[in-house]
Amino acid sequence: MELIIEGITTALKLIFTLDSEVFAVTLLSLKISSIATFLSLLFGLPIGTFLALSNFPGRRVIISMVNTGMGLPPVVVGLFVTIFLWRNGPFGYFEILYTPTAMIIAQTVIAFPIVAGITIASIQALPANLKLQALALGATKCQMLWILLREARLPLLAAVMAGFGGVISEVGASMMVGGNIKGDTRVLTTATVMETSKGNFDVAIALSLILLVLAFSVNYILTVIQQRERPR
Amino acid sequence: MGKIRMTSKILFTLVLFVILITTISAKAAQKTVILATTTSTQDSGLLDVLIPVFEKDSAYKVKTISVGSGQAIKMGEKGEADVLLVHSPEAEKKFMDAGFGITRRLVMHNDFVIVGSANDPAKIKGLSSVEALKKIASSASVFVSRGDNSGTHAKEKGLWKAAAINPEGNKWYQSSGSGMGQSLNIAAEKKGYILTDRGTYLALKKNLNLVILSEGDSKLLNIYHVIELNQQRYPKINAAGGKSFADFMISKKAQEVIKTFGIQKFGAPLFFPDAGKNVNALGK
Repeated sequence: MELIIEGITTALKLIFTLDSEVFAVTLLSLKISSIATFLSLLFGLPIGTFLALSNFPGRRVIISMVNTGMGLPPVVVGLFVTIFLWRNGPFGYFEILYTPTAMIIAQTVIAFPIVAGITIASIQALPANLKLQALALGATKCQMLWILLREARLPLLAAVMAGFGGVISEVGASMMVGGNIKGDTRVLTTATVMETSKGNFDVAIALSLILLVLAFSVNYILTVIQQRERPR
Repeated sequence: MGKIRMTSKILFTLVLFVILITTISAKAAQKTVILATTTSTQDSGLLDVLIPVFEKDSAYKVKTISVGSGQAIKMGEKGEADVLLVHSPEAEKKFMDAGFGITRRLVMHNDFVIVGSANDPAKIKGLSSVEALKKIASSASVFVSRGDNSGTHAKEKGLWKAAAINPEGNKWYQSSGSGMGQSLNIAAEKKGYILTDRGTYLALKKNLNLVILSEGDSKLLNIYHVIELNQQRYPKINAAGGKSFADFMISKKAQEVIKTFGIQKFGAPLFFPDAGKNVNALGK
């Protein structure tokens, strides 16, 4: 109990004194996970939309794969990204292992199926004849897609939240491809693991509280947008 | 109208994205040295003090990958690191004999200790390490092993061998598969015995209800070497950076830092600098 109170006091101290190291770690977490979420949207939205609307042999297999991928274990992603990025691996030439870029790549791989999966589900949840109606009223294919995405925008916001929530909280992949390097690839989750193993439980609790507040704030903003726009 | 707004929005996000990527990759241009090392040098806090000194004096930026000595040596064998700071002498000798490294220099030592809860159910207090392990086994008291092929794990396996006991598979012998700090936490929680380097133990002592029960015999010496890799074997490594770091570790400046590290905080030094000494003379 004492430890928890101590942890909360330390957290408040670290936050309000704007401890430069904690601040940098928090900022990096936010930066890496936001970019990864953005990239996963960039790929996940169009691919998800395509899978939801098209019809070709093997489509169900692919959708099943995407759905399985929504629960992709971060350590598995971490392991494979590490192997690919090793100096002597296929992409070793780029020399990006143990950099924030490698972490962005890993997190994008983790978030992509989440975004694509929710996109597929939300587009398919739209009334089936919406597409036909739009086309019948003379919409071009592009306009039709735009209408569908607009109609599905609220569930799609859930995709953003789920994707972001998935990557900001993951530790396995970040640890493996980032290496938890001080001032470079140390993010909130890896720092928490390290402080715990160092026995600095108060700092570990502080970091987790910051992580929770961060995740909450981002989700709160997105939820406000989602709820404000809810169709009546 | 809507279309224009959408395109401008997309353009804006793309620009933003490019800016972010460039700010992130700008850092990578600096020459980096990948240091593969043990968890004890990181968990004790020594590297947090040494590396900034090195980075200030040289043009390199160090990426510390802190894993067990076993994994660190494996990273060396693959050419995935530029320099190693490890404490697993047997494995290091094999590494050197196979031609993976070019120099292996003595940096520092401290010692291992066997710690456990103060009530000491196996009654090992004051015994030598091998006798202590025999008692732990015969009383079937909980013993937490690193189990991760680290230098500490290698040392522990050597001690069991010297005691002519095979602890694997026994219920009281628990393999944590984690770093030194985490394993100490586990041992404290389970009120078990554990072999630890003195440095990490002293650094974490305040949160552990563990006391030193066996210490001081020559088998418990813990020796750290810095190894430069063979560039002929691994053309991609940053050999110059590795050499620069290795030279730094045995420099007067670094040795002075090692000598005084921890005195203020823990009342005793955590490591003893040994640059230039003969390994066989240590601990005598």
